Amino acid sequence: MTNTSTVARGGGASPAPGRRRQSPPRPAKASGLPAWVVPYVLLVPGLLVIAALLLYPLFQMIVMSFQKVGLRQIRGVPAEWVGWDNYTQVFGNEIFWSSLRNTVGFAVVTVSLTLVLGTAVGTLLNRLSTRMSTFVVVGIMSAWAVPPVAQGVIWRWLFDADAGMINWGLNLLPDWFSRLLFGRADWTGEPWLNDALSTYLVLVITVVWASFPFIAVSVLAGLKGIPSELYEAARVDGSSAWRTFRKITFPLLKPVFAVLTILSIIWNFKVFSQLYVLMNGPTNREAFNLSMFSFAEAFRSPPKMGTGAAIAVVLTLLLLVVTSLYVRQIVKTEEM
Amino acid sequence: MTALKTPAPLDGRTAQARRLKRRRRLGRAGLNTVGVLVFLFAVFPVYWMVSTALKTNDQIFTTDFIPIPTEITFDHVDRILTEGVAGNSIWVYMRNSTIVALGTVLIGAVLALLAATAISRFRFRGRTSFLVLLLIVQMIPAEALLIPLFLNVKRLGLYDQLLGLIVINVGLTLPFGIWMLRTFVAAVPKSLEEAAWIDGASRFTTFWKVLFPLVAPGLVATSIFSFITAWNELIFALILMSDSSGYTMPVALQFFFGQRGTDWGAIMAGSTMMTIPVVVFFLLVQRRMVSGLVAGAVKG
Repeated sequence: MTNTSTVARGGGASPAPGRRRQSPPRPAKASGLPAWVVPYVLLVPGLLVIAALLLYPLFQMIVMSFQKVGLRQIRGVPAEWVGWDNYTQVFGNEIFWSSLRNTVGFAVVTVSLTLVLGTAVGTLLNRLSTRMSTFVVVGIMSAWAVPPVAQGVIWRWLFDADAGMINWGLNLLPDWFSRLLFGRADWTGEPWLNDALSTYLVLVITVVWASFPFIAVSVLAGLKGIPSELYEAARVDGSSAWRTFRKITFPLLKPVFAVLTILSIIWNFKVFSQLYVLMNGPTNREAFNLSMFSFAEAFRSPPKMGTGAAIAVVLTLLLLVVTSLYVRQIVKTEEM
Repeated sequence: MTALKTPAPLDGRTAQARRLKRRRRLGRAGLNTVGVLVFLFAVFPVYWMVSTALKTNDQIFTTDFIPIPTEITFDHVDRILTEGVAGNSIWVYMRNSTIVALGTVLIGAVLALLAATAISRFRFRGRTSFLVLLLIVQMIPAEALLIPLFLNVKRLGLYDQLLGLIVINVGLTLPFGIWMLRTFVAAVPKSLEEAAWIDGASRFTTFWKVLFPLVAPGLVATSIFSFITAWNELIFALILMSDSSGYTMPVALQFFFGQRGTDWGAIMAGSTMMTIPVVVFFLLVQRRMVSGLVAGAVKG
């Protein structure tokens, strides 16, 4: 799915459809179809859509990654088979390696920060009074709800060189302190979005800001499910807060953390909209990640769709590894 | 006499209790303070977007910090509605976004409901494979499908048409929609349908009169998720729409970043317009999300 889907999978109250009746009563006026056909009939439309819009294109993408697809091919000339050329070209390009570094580095930093911050806030919410907790939840929900493009716009504005809030705030720090911390005191006109590293700094803040609420709310839901007697027992035994977290909360919430970690990795691997806005389209090649690199190769003139497809294949393979972990976790924890 | 001779140990205990109580109160105050800080961190950027949209240009382009606009102006809102951006009023883009999102929801809801019913009401060969397929397919990055889907849409003559975007968004949102809806269908007790069958209702009547009303809230929640995904979608809208009258909001917002500096008041007004419906929807399904999201994983 798109990275815009900050929505989570619905775990939902898990049903227990396992209890199969011997023979469920049949509708008296059967619709003419034999019973075993019904589920397939219901499934066919959805399956067709998935096949036509997701599986077949996936196959096409793999084929295209071995072809030369340029302007002439887009106009209808049959594509030319080039074997592994696209891949050797991609792997020989240093932009690919910097994109790969950016993708993985960004995912590692953002996932860890989001999880730590989200867990901390989730734990906090669990200890606040109901009224206070609702107040904070509504607040963080509004950050979560902001569309990715608008997230990019907002933080681009906050980090604006001339009239941005951040530079104003940094100038407010005492000079000696600012110098000690960053080696400089004057931040007026600091352009944050010109080079790759500081662009990614802004991107990390943007994405962490928008995605920690989901983690917090999920952790809160998990915490609500832990019986309070466990905590009382721990308190009676004089357990410290950190120890309680490590010995009770964490082991019990481990499945939740596993799912959250994997989902965050998947979402952050393919971040696109926010980066697109922050760097104003595919402009700064050093700040590309794999999605942006594939997009730029395929859709900036001259279009090199074969190369773009090869990059997309690499990205998909990377994600597939993470996805297989996710599927295993879900199959393990949930009755399907 | 007895009143004078309060036993010493008890005295000590009350003092300790008082100290504990004070510490707890301090602790509560500390927690609440952190809570307020978290709230501010989350809300400030959103507030900043809205307040910038309502500030005069003098108050926007300044190196001073103006927390609350002292003069509120609707100039920016007015400008994006009349002048607009990229040659059209912002209404055109809002309308396009709404058409795409609603179209996606309407088609997606029907397909998802049918498939979810199949999964959670029937056991059949291939059911588990289908569920695993759903999970895997959700993870395919949209960027990976971009190139082939672009070519297919072009070939089918849907390029530059909102219908093309709707079709693509249905594909992107359907796997998750089925996955989410299946839990809602499964939550409806099967005995209700069986009762209807015994009373002589046909399969269709049972579905329409018994199952559907009970699943409706879940269908609404699922639809809201699909709506938001389609509403926010940038990358396909970027490449499938070349004529500016077909742009959706996420694409249109890019055009505020001009060569000659950015009109921040206008772009913030546009972003606010785009954000409001999503925030409202989020708050509507908030409770369901909190309770339902990881419930399945917790009991493990």
